[in-house]
Amino acid sequence: MRKLIDLITSLKLTIACLAAAMVLIFAGTLAQVNLGIWEAQHRYFQSLFVWWPAQGSGFRIPIFPGGHLIGAVLLVNLIAAHVKRFRWSISKLGIHLTHAGLIIMLAGGLFTDLFAIESHMRLSNGDTKNFSEDPRRMELAVIDLSNPEYDQVTAIPEAVLRRGGTIEHNSLPFRIAVRHYYQNSRLEMAKDAGGTRLPIANKGPGAQVVVNPEPRSTGVNDRDVVSAAVEILAPEGSLGTWLVSDALGAPQTFSTGGKTWQLTMRPARYYKPYSVTLQKFTHEKYPGTEIPKNFSSKVTLIDEERSVNRHALIYMNHPLRYRGDTFYQAGFERDDRTTILQVVRNPSFLAPYVACIVVAAGLLVQFGYHLVGFARRRRPEPA
Amino acid sequence: MKRFLPVFSLVFGALWIAASFVPSKSPSGAVDVVTFGKIPVLVGGRVKPMDTVARNSLLIVQGRERVSRPDVSKPFVSSPTEWLLDVFFQPEKANSYPTFMIDNDELLALLGKSEDDVRINYTSSSKRVLAVFGFLPSRHRRFSFNEIAPFLQKIDSEGEQAEKLESVQRSAYQTAVFNLRNALILYQRLKNSLRPEGANDFSKELAAYKVAIPGAAEAARQREKGENFDKTKLEGITAFAERYDTLANMAYMLTLPAGDGAQWKPIGTSLIEALTTGEIHPIVDAYAALGDAYHNGDVTTFNERAAFLRDWFAKEQATSVKRASYEFFFNHADPFTHSMYLYVLALLLACFSWLAWNRTLNRTAFYLLLLSLAVHTFGLVSRMYLQERPPVTNLYSSAIFIGWGAVIVALILERIFRDGIGAVCAGAIGFITLIIAHHLAGSGDTLEMLQAVLDTNIWLATHVVVITTGYAAMFLAGMLAMIYIIRGLFTRSLKKQTADSLSRMTYGVVCFATLFSFVGTVLGGIWADQSWGRFWGWDPKENGAVLIVLWCAIILHARWGGFIRQRGLMIMAIFGNIVTSFSWFGVNMLGVGLHSYGFMQKAFPWLCAFIASQLALMAMAAAPLERWRSFQSASDKPRSKGRPDPKLVPANLAVESSD
Repeated sequence: MRKLIDLITSLKLTIACLAAAMVLIFAGTLAQVNLGIWEAQHRYFQSLFVWWPAQGSGFRIPIFPGGHLIGAVLLVNLIAAHVKRFRWSISKLGIHLTHAGLIIMLAGGLFTDLFAIESHMRLSNGDTKNFSEDPRRMELAVIDLSNPEYDQVTAIPEAVLRRGGTIEHNSLPFRIAVRHYYQNSRLEMAKDAGGTRLPIANKGPGAQVVVNPEPRSTGVNDRDVVSAAVEILAPEGSLGTWLVSDALGAPQTFSTGGKTWQLTMRPARYYKPYSVTLQKFTHEKYPGTEIPKNFSSKVTLIDEERSVNRHALIYMNHPLRYRGDTFYQAGFERDDRTTILQVVRNPSFLAPYVACIVVAAGLLVQFGYHLVGFARRRRPEPA
Repeated sequence: MKRFLPVFSLVFGALWIAASFVPSKSPSGAVDVVTFGKIPVLVGGRVKPMDTVARNSLLIVQGRERVSRPDVSKPFVSSPTEWLLDVFFQPEKANSYPTFMIDNDELLALLGKSEDDVRINYTSSSKRVLAVFGFLPSRHRRFSFNEIAPFLQKIDSEGEQAEKLESVQRSAYQTAVFNLRNALILYQRLKNSLRPEGANDFSKELAAYKVAIPGAAEAARQREKGENFDKTKLEGITAFAERYDTLANMAYMLTLPAGDGAQWKPIGTSLIEALTTGEIHPIVDAYAALGDAYHNGDVTTFNERAAFLRDWFAKEQATSVKRASYEFFFNHADPFTHSMYLYVLALLLACFSWLAWNRTLNRTAFYLLLLSLAVHTFGLVSRMYLQERPPVTNLYSSAIFIGWGAVIVALILERIFRDGIGAVCAGAIGFITLIIAHHLAGSGDTLEMLQAVLDTNIWLATHVVVITTGYAAMFLAGMLAMIYIIRGLFTRSLKKQTADSLSRMTYGVVCFATLFSFVGTVLGGIWADQSWGRFWGWDPKENGAVLIVLWCAIILHARWGGFIRQRGLMIMAIFGNIVTSFSWFGVNMLGVGLHSYGFMQKAFPWLCAFIASQLALMAMAAAPLERWRSFQSASDKPRSKGRPDPKLVPANLAVESSD
């Protein structure tokens, strides 16, 4: 027990963790060249271990601790060491402050990794939306159109589709069987494919389309095109198999039990208790060049619950914060008529601000204390 | 005599600097290149003088500002502005200057140049000898437009192919042909900036155009109404319109200011607009007359028109003129090159001070460094004034700033310790960073406009400045460690006192670097949180910054824990150089992420060489202590104080300084 305590409070462990973090970050940075930022981040930093081989369900061995493991060990080491050695004195104040700040920062970072949600809101001039979309995850939306007042949406997350099998839900009077699932794919008209592959669906436009599996995309801005073939199993029997895919445009419809249903694969949505309307998107350039000077989106925010109706201007380095969400100007599309706002929900967004101030104060006190001592020692010596 | 050396050197240095600060003037009776060079134009989103356009264009097409050939003793033009004038108004002359740099053998083969064609045959035998030893170039690297002209189509199609690829994917040949194509496009656009190429009597042409406009307008009105109209008048004006439309599209620079805002337009646009408004911008005629005069060698008219333009701009565009004139002065004073020479001189003097004339040389070096720092500061502040920005806005300015920051800290150390170490560091780092900056300037305008996300002075002033100060401190710590190791290993000059003070300096500078790197990194995170919505995104530049912080933390903890002593600290500080250079340059070479504002293939071998040299130093430093010449004396001494084995633990290393 004593040995264990010695180990987790030891300075050697701290240095080992820091060194491991350096190796990991270096490797993870180089890996971005081939994997893209997102995938590299996922494999190296947001994981307990770095695995080899990186993918596949078969035999895998952990070859290096991942970001979460190193961070957690460092956090435990830091807290334990301070609990064990804490002694109140002015000469140690700087060190305590610095490490307290680091604890806040590490904990905040871990918390952010686990709980922050990043999504996008795409708005063309005049559009209003009360939801944002996940740029990475898809969902299969099954929509009941029978009520004229509202649509009843049942969303099946990508992860459930990937598992396969048959899906049942209280709001659905039928079962959905996942027949095929492709993490990334390319669709092609069956008549152009030359008969080498056959359509996997027999209903809707998907019956004329073949699906070519693709390796997962790695670029920063590339997205996987998720496709699946789902069979609708109504009480009266199978209604047929539909192809659902991000690459198919319009939703497909079918009827059962006297109701009309819509079926569509779309980016996962996060609904908001308020709505955002884009009044105007502006893209300024420096005169005589294509260098962007500024992007800005003028929006109207309407929240009926809280009787809010106000304008806001979102532009570079000036986000809009509202009800825990923060809206950033992230991009634009279609000849400057559509804006892309990044929507972030991060409950621990204050942690780094607090941590930075605490650590900086700590380092200043610590090194300032040394500097005074240093100057004092220098003085008596002849120059 | 020896006593006065420091003061003399300072005075001579100051005079040399002052000479370059004297405002330049064209000799009377010659073409007034200076007045022309100060005329403001708008290129790349900012107003700059013609002189800057000339310099940047030359840097882009041929990698240097001088227009010359190794086997011709005199340069072809006396200044970049004169070259620009030739391009504008005497293109047949400019076409024969060797201003296109081509290094790639494959590309040379495409242009029909064999090994024999590019070899330089010096006439004087002394030059031939120098060329053999590499002091003079042995082959031509720059070629004239006339030599390239027969292959334009080929270059265009090959360059277009290369353009479709990402810069990382291009082969050396593709990069070369892509760059050559861009250089040629720039050159052609320059030729068509002030008048259509070959319009050698542009004034006359404009007069004819002005006469034709009312007639054509009348004819157009008649045609609208369905009346009889003079067809030739309309056709004549169409030919003009097409010519000026091309001129408007080709123009590299916007020459005509309108109103007080940033609304500038090229000459072609004003001529096209004249079709509807009937008015031509007032200075178009002046430019035309100036061009014709230059072409015909009519110095009086040229100077008179140039003076007219100067006065017109002074009246209409007072602020632009002020800034453009200052930039002209800044270009001519060339502060960074001057301070580069002073740094290297001071570096040599400080090194010699360890061998002889200790006090005198040391003081001379210190004075020269102060002078150099003043010139460096002048350059830095001038750039801030011209750009209206904090000091660091791109890689080029980061090199300038890192040098500046490191020199200041090193001079403070020199002031405290007075042993030449700080002076050597200041000289070396100042010189090397300015050399790096000089090579980074090759891509053209170093005062370029900033991308939207960077358009925020508060974050540029805090995050960027703090983090680059951290880089500066890391390099300084590394430099101190290099001095420790080189002096300790190869000379007997590393006495215990020197070793201790070097150790204290290194430790202090590492602490400083930790503070700045950490705060800078976190400030960067906060900026990212403000602009992209995440505090940390594992972007390569962010990772590079955090690597520095981690390395500093490891050094400090290893020392506090007693795992390393002097030598360990020095070895780790040198590794800090590697980490910092990776963070400063290496991550930009990966070509991914939001911070990759420029991919630099050319710098890659240099970075590798630097890292290899640092690793070699670390390996040497790890050599057994009896191989350290400075410590051999310690181990030769008789055993003292009953130490177990003085060979393994020399006295000056065994003492752990307590701070």
